[in-house]
Amino acid sequence: MDFASILLGGLASGMVLFVVSVGLSVTMGLMGFVNLAHGGFAMLGGYVLALAMRHWGLPFFAALTLAFVAVAALAVLLEKTLYARLYRATELDQVLFTIGLVFVMIATVTLAIGPESQVVVLPAWLRGQTDLGFLSYRTYSLALIAFGTALVLALWLGFERTRIGAQIRAAVDNRRMAESLGVDVSRLFTLTFALGSGLAAVGGGLGAEILGLDPQYPLRYLAYFLIVVALGGLGRVTGVFFAALAVGVLDFVLKFSFPQGGTMFIYALTLAFLLARPQGLFGKRA
Amino acid sequence: MTPSKSWPRRLAAAAALAAFATGGALAQTVKIGVVLPYTGVGAEFGQQVDRGMQMYMKLNPGAFAPYKVELIRRDSKNPSGEPAKTAVQELITQDKVDILTGFIYSPDAIASAPLVTAAQKPMVIMNAGTAWITNLSPMISRVSFSMWHSGFAMGEAAAKTLNAKTAVVGYTDYPPGKDSLAAFKAGFEAAGGKVLDEIPMGGPGQVPDFTPFFQRAKDRKPDLFYVFVPAGDHAVAVTKTYGALGMRAAGIKLVGPGDITQDIKLQSMGEGATGLITVHHYNADLDNAANRRLVAAWKQEFGADSTPDFMGVQGYDGMAAIAHVVRTLNGRIEAEAAMKALRGWKYDSPRGPIMIDPATRDIVMNEYLSELVMKDGRLVQKNLAVIPAVKDMCKELKAGKCAQ
Amino acid sequence: MNLSAAAREYATRHRLRAWEALPWAAGLAVFLLFPNHLAFGTQVLITILFALSLDLVLGYAGIVTLGHAAFFGAGAYTVGMLAAHGGWSEPLSGLAAAALVAGVLGLASGWIVLRTHGLTLLMLTLCTMALLEQAANMGAAWTGGFDGMPGLEFRPLLGRFEFDVLYFRTQYLYALAVLLAGFLLVRLLVHSSFGRSLTGIRENLLRMHAIGAPVRARQVLAYAISAALAGVAGGLFTQANGFVNLAVLGLDRAAGVLIILILGGYGRLYGAFVGALVYLLLEHTLSKAYPTAWQLGLGLTLVLVALYARNGILGLAEALRRRRGAR
Repeated sequence: MDFASILLGGLASGMVLFVVSVGLSVTMGLMGFVNLAHGGFAMLGGYVLALAMRHWGLPFFAALTLAFVAVAALAVLLEKTLYARLYRATELDQVLFTIGLVFVMIATVTLAIGPESQVVVLPAWLRGQTDLGFLSYRTYSLALIAFGTALVLALWLGFERTRIGAQIRAAVDNRRMAESLGVDVSRLFTLTFALGSGLAAVGGGLGAEILGLDPQYPLRYLAYFLIVVALGGLGRVTGVFFAALAVGVLDFVLKFSFPQGGTMFIYALTLAFLLARPQGLFGKRA
Repeated sequence: MTPSKSWPRRLAAAAALAAFATGGALAQTVKIGVVLPYTGVGAEFGQQVDRGMQMYMKLNPGAFAPYKVELIRRDSKNPSGEPAKTAVQELITQDKVDILTGFIYSPDAIASAPLVTAAQKPMVIMNAGTAWITNLSPMISRVSFSMWHSGFAMGEAAAKTLNAKTAVVGYTDYPPGKDSLAAFKAGFEAAGGKVLDEIPMGGPGQVPDFTPFFQRAKDRKPDLFYVFVPAGDHAVAVTKTYGALGMRAAGIKLVGPGDITQDIKLQSMGEGATGLITVHHYNADLDNAANRRLVAAWKQEFGADSTPDFMGVQGYDGMAAIAHVVRTLNGRIEAEAAMKALRGWKYDSPRGPIMIDPATRDIVMNEYLSELVMKDGRLVQKNLAVIPAVKDMCKELKAGKCAQ
Repeated sequence: MNLSAAAREYATRHRLRAWEALPWAAGLAVFLLFPNHLAFGTQVLITILFALSLDLVLGYAGIVTLGHAAFFGAGAYTVGMLAAHGGWSEPLSGLAAAALVAGVLGLASGWIVLRTHGLTLLMLTLCTMALLEQAANMGAAWTGGFDGMPGLEFRPLLGRFEFDVLYFRTQYLYALAVLLAGFLLVRLLVHSSFGRSLTGIRENLLRMHAIGAPVRARQVLAYAISAALAGVAGGLFTQANGFVNLAVLGLDRAAGVLIILILGGYGRLYGAFVGALVYLLLEHTLSKAYPTAWQLGLGLTLVLVALYARNGILGLAEALRRRRGAR
């Protein structure tokens, strides 16, 4: 067994999980909003990417940027008109609302574009294998690892070193205190929600090569996103990062050496870990 | 024409027909209940089968003459069998249909089997591939396939034609995958090959990251890697992972049933898929008159990017079978006579000559050994060999549950 | 609240009102008026029972779970496997076995997972269910895996009434009777002192701790009772349909029943009825008319109810009534 390639494979699938889930963690942690439609934004991002490349001939990264911007803009619109009305509602009403929204997204995409799955054609330099000297490995996996690492660094810097980041952290920890210190929490919500949904869109686009992309996407991977968020701890960027990597690598190793276990491992591990540490990796104790 | 668009048209047709009938004419209407997933994870498959049915009606406008047909479409939603069963129950008791057809997922057909037995309604299966389904009711016949058709033939071809000595099998962990594994293994080992490892690769619900499974297969260094996954996204991911892990360079051939080279997904697989070898009962590049006509008409109807695939042709042939029953029975569908008409029915399908086995009510058809090659920048299926008149080997060999 | 007021409310809450006979009369009327719709009707009744079991934990004990199908599935498989492998096909004792297995499972898993709450609890219940689903898939020799166990046959109900494969007449009345029994049980429970203490836990956990109530024991007990009831619903599903497969354990079913209960309104007993009826009728009629597009209508309905109602349709009805009363 080639240890390095297994580690790389696991890291790459963990990175996809991270990019899609990090936005969910921040919005759920900050706004306390159970946004089960998060996967829907990831799907829309993937569709923007795939369709912009196919019909407008946009290059990969331009289309990815467009996916981020378009979905973030849609998120702002939805946040202002719909989500904001449910901030004070119970979590269960939020569940009802966001699941309804997922149905609407699924049906709209199916009717407008069709039930068939979409393919994101990677640029030539991201396909095939790259020789790292000590081994050759799937180029796209390496690119995902690089991108994920860059993203977590950027987010970490953004959260730790900027004023807005500090405000978000303050609002996650104690919203009332943050408000009384003059933080405009409502503007912060919109901003964070847009960022989180935009990140989901990027994750949907980048992950399409591995997770596929079709109208059922938002429901298909919902459990995985929630698991990563729960493991990482609400509102914790680094927590989600390490949780996603741990899930990715462990799942990969166990599937490699014991494929008969199916998807059992991820659930068993989550169960055991959350029983031992209910607040997640970096969450604060409730 | 999508099913939803056809709804008002259907109503209008029904109304016109009613007016005609009260006028005293004798036009007989045959009602066909169509149960397919129009939403949910199987929606793309449902669309392909439905389009195949539409194409049959379009290319064979007189097939049902002088009788009228009314298609009543119902969504089977998720693959649980429950919505399909409710739909079948209502099609029988409320809509009073004469024949039932469709059925993408095996649980849908399995759950509905007792209903068609009780109500004595013929059921023509257009996809569901679990081998022993046809044993569940004397009312069931199948125009699609069982996993054993392609799996067993591929196993024999792998040893005899491709001269492979060893193989690793990767399969999606649900009944069609296990069937396909058993079928391949039976064919391959009977011809002298040896299966080194059997790797379950997750469930049908979501596309897994195939890398760990393929890595494991690569490490066993077999001559070939036989993969069964459901058609669709799984298949695209398989060919991508195969290319990305450099398995061809390591001398491992990727082979499988044609589910992994479904025509509608072919062009998105990329050049990494060249050299892939499959056995299946249909591909859009088959060279015969009926198929050329179907492909051309299909592209005209649904766009140049679209293509029929094995599911589309199953819908097409299913309608042909039903048309045969309607004509033979002069528009009055009676269960025993309908099943008698189906037994031994022969047809020149776009997939070549087909027949319904009189003994099992399952299909007998050619299997094609083909290789993916690049031609003018497009992936096409180059047909290497024809294995004629293949039966469902599960029932022939009385393997496992097929013995019951 | 002083003692006499509490006593008065207890009495009014416990009294069966005349209109409460209405749903059951309607259930019987459907049987007589729509003989061709009883398969769908049976499905609705089973879903109501399942949603009612969820209401006990969610609405009254305040436990939010995303894994309740684990118990539905446990009951469904118990009945199916007993019939297929044990030759035990008597329906009523089958339901009792389903209740027992699901109840024990609820007791065991509740004891383990109910020490958490919020997202963590949601994930723990989800993972428990997913593990069970995986186990059922891996034990295909016993469970039939993805394709499930087809063609299950059950002995006539009470030794007299044959199950009706095509028209579901027996199944419908059987489900209606089991639902009535389940409803009376839940109604009794929530209005008992046990039920009041559950509500107390939901409303103010700290105070219940402070007054020395055995909080966790009560929660686990409620969870187990609810699991047993969900198991009965699952067993009923297998008996009515004559098959069982992996879908009884899926996230689709667990999330679906949660949505149905929220849509109807939780913590009100009748929310399960209203939610199941509205959701399933809407889905059923829309998907008949628009096989490809029905999810749009269903989704919009959920969004609108969430936006304009607090606590589902019954919550909305109550708010409207209160507003009219205030005028």
